[in-house]
Amino acid sequence: MNLKGKAAKEEFQVERSGMYALMPDDFTGTKPKVVVKEGDAVKVGDALFVDKARPEVKFVSPVSGKVTMVERGERRKVLSVRVEADGQQQCVDFGKKSVGQMTGAEVKDFLLQTGLFGFFKQRPYDVVPDPAVAPKAIFVSAFNSMPLAADFEYVLQGREADFQTGLDALAKIAKTNLGVSAKQSATALTAAKNVTVNVFDGPAPAGNVGVQINHIDPVNKGETVWTLGAEEVIFIGHLFNTGKLDFTRVIAFAGSEVKKPAYCKMTVGQQLSTLVKGRVTEGRTLRVVNGNVMTGVKTTADGFLAAHATEVNVIPEGDDVHEMLGWIMPRFNDYSTSRAYCSWLSGKKEYALDARVKGGERHMIMSGEYDRVFPMDIFPEQLVKAIITGDIDRMEALGIYEVAPEDFALCEFVDSSKLEVQRIVREGLDMLRKEMA
Amino acid sequence: MNALRKYLDKIKPSFEEGGKLHAFRSVFEGFESFLFVPNTTSTSGVNVHDAIDSKRIMIFVVIALMPALLFGMYNIGYQNYAAAGVDGTFWEMFGFGLLAVLPKIIVSYVVGLGIEFIVAQWKHEEIQEGYLVTGMLVPMIVPVDCPLWIIAIACAFAVIFAKEIFGGTGMNIFNVALITRAFLFFAYPTAMSGDACWVAKESICGLGNDLPDAFTMATPLGEVATGTVPAFSWDQVWGFIPGSIGETSVVAIAIGAVILLWTGIASWRTMLSVFVGGALLAWIFNQWGPEGNAGAMVPWYQHLALGGFCFGAVFMATDPVTSARTAPGQFVYGFLIGAMAIIIRVLNPGYPEGMMLAILLMNLFAPLIDYCVIQNNIDKRAKRAIKK
Repeated sequence: MNLKGKAAKEEFQVERSGMYALMPDDFTGTKPKVVVKEGDAVKVGDALFVDKARPEVKFVSPVSGKVTMVERGERRKVLSVRVEADGQQQCVDFGKKSVGQMTGAEVKDFLLQTGLFGFFKQRPYDVVPDPAVAPKAIFVSAFNSMPLAADFEYVLQGREADFQTGLDALAKIAKTNLGVSAKQSATALTAAKNVTVNVFDGPAPAGNVGVQINHIDPVNKGETVWTLGAEEVIFIGHLFNTGKLDFTRVIAFAGSEVKKPAYCKMTVGQQLSTLVKGRVTEGRTLRVVNGNVMTGVKTTADGFLAAHATEVNVIPEGDDVHEMLGWIMPRFNDYSTSRAYCSWLSGKKEYALDARVKGGERHMIMSGEYDRVFPMDIFPEQLVKAIITGDIDRMEALGIYEVAPEDFALCEFVDSSKLEVQRIVREGLDMLRKEMA
Repeated sequence: MNALRKYLDKIKPSFEEGGKLHAFRSVFEGFESFLFVPNTTSTSGVNVHDAIDSKRIMIFVVIALMPALLFGMYNIGYQNYAAAGVDGTFWEMFGFGLLAVLPKIIVSYVVGLGIEFIVAQWKHEEIQEGYLVTGMLVPMIVPVDCPLWIIAIACAFAVIFAKEIFGGTGMNIFNVALITRAFLFFAYPTAMSGDACWVAKESICGLGNDLPDAFTMATPLGEVATGTVPAFSWDQVWGFIPGSIGETSVVAIAIGAVILLWTGIASWRTMLSVFVGGALLAWIFNQWGPEGNAGAMVPWYQHLALGGFCFGAVFMATDPVTSARTAPGQFVYGFLIGAMAIIIRVLNPGYPEGMMLAILLMNLFAPLIDYCVIQNNIDKRAKRAIKK
């Protein structure tokens, strides 16, 4: 799929915002216990909240400043902890470390202490891992094959040393696999040291870490694998090399409604208005996606950069569009993987898709739709059905331990029955986790 | 277009909760989404969606049915004029067929969609598009002389008992159109088989010719059932033979097959393996079939051209809901349909049309086939876990 508004490989400057927020929902599977009060002064690296069940897993402030608000929603659920930056960016000094002289346990403790541990995810369940359970391997995917995704090779430029240090640290904890694309040539990736480099060639979702795990070392019942975003490996490397945390990442600002799609530096939790304001088309309802257009969360310009987001996509909302007789019209401007539309004719045309679902939700009718975009040794349709029916034994048997919602993003995209597959899979994982606890 | 949209927006509130016409909410929603692509936007998961939806898919199946339907209309006229020994123009013959078939299509849609609308409203769901295809299939798989009231009863029976009680489109076990046909076949056998029902016998609006009530004309498969082997002729491929309305022309069905396969709506695995299974079994019967059995003596290629074999293989066996859903399962499923259809034709002369029963039988076995394929995957996963 070829979406309009790909980020050009150049960087523009974004002013630093006054307001930052860390959202517990970004760290799936944690129950936040807020450890700061409104009015507290925090530095970069001071914990804002911890996981209730495992207080050693901390989530720390990305900026220095004053805690202004603990935002709560229904049933007092913590939605975000907001920090107003003081502009000085004072950091807690954790002290430089030499990875080579540390053991795996020391590395892990250091990551727990500094709050970077919360960026890991584990399979099964796609949640923040339990530090007490040793993983059989760690997987990092160095490329994202989804449309409008940031090019990690570009993001990596100038930060190769931190990246390698980060990989060294991971390798101390467990055997680490780095998945690179056949199109990537940077030596920092292809010749990364202390890790197993696996080269993947193919269309989306080859860049999904879940696909890579399934092909290299699938997760069995009772086993645990950790995954980490490639950009977050740089966070770890920076910490070891300087002793300080830096949550700044280079993200792609892309999408058909972005005036000049390109890359920029943003800090985790930064308010998106600093990025979006004045840089997108006006006069239409727009959708700002916190993360990738396929997996990210719908937000607004007042939202805050999600912890794992490597891009911010802006597309038209589309609720003002009334297409007539869509079931028979050729609809040249709409993309479809099905030959019942004309996209197969238009070659490399770039599409500006909006957020409409373009159909009503139905029972699963067509067969084989998911299989086309789900390159794992798993039956996706049957797994989704098992989740819908709440059949835990069958979910287990069909391999739910190996998947994360993001692996089903393309299934959800092509689904003619318009099921919310990612939500269904998330619910299935939560159901199973609760059952196993 | 804008005026229409404004009108819809104006009347919309009266169909919503608390509105005067709330009882027709599903119907309104159905027509609205028929006129305009729904503009609801996603709230979770992917932020962009493929333009394909079940409406588009169902309409493409209907489009694929068109060549066979139009040819069927022409053939009805052709058979009538040929039987009367009168020369008719193309438009006379087609017009006669059109007038003979149109009431059946209308009855099928009115009865079936009517029930769908009621059920959708009752269950507070959107109207499902599945009946668009079923409603077109039904008139195509009945003989031309089948009375309308019988079709109405059969449609109602099939929609309620083969689909809605299972939960609607996507949840049914049996192909709904085939249940309609099976119901007719067993409840009203004289209207569905034998020699008397295959040629229209009354003129309509001045078109066509009145034939004597006693006029009969057997289908080639009907001849097989009585013990004669019909000679192969190219008419059987082009479709100028008596038979159910849409099933006679291999060529017209092939055009439909190309549309379905090209758009990827039908599974090529199922379709191909039906033909392979049928051809293989028929060939085996040709070689080693029971002595004196007419069905066994029909050459294998002729078996594929006759009766509903092609129609069933292209439009019925490939129904994604009732067929096997796994790729390896589809090969097995299709092969067994083809094989079973020929076995029924050859070994049970009481049912000259084996295709319908073969597909219904395999509908029943499709979950079992899938079970075996999936269990294989499950076992592999379990073994992998033990090995470690």
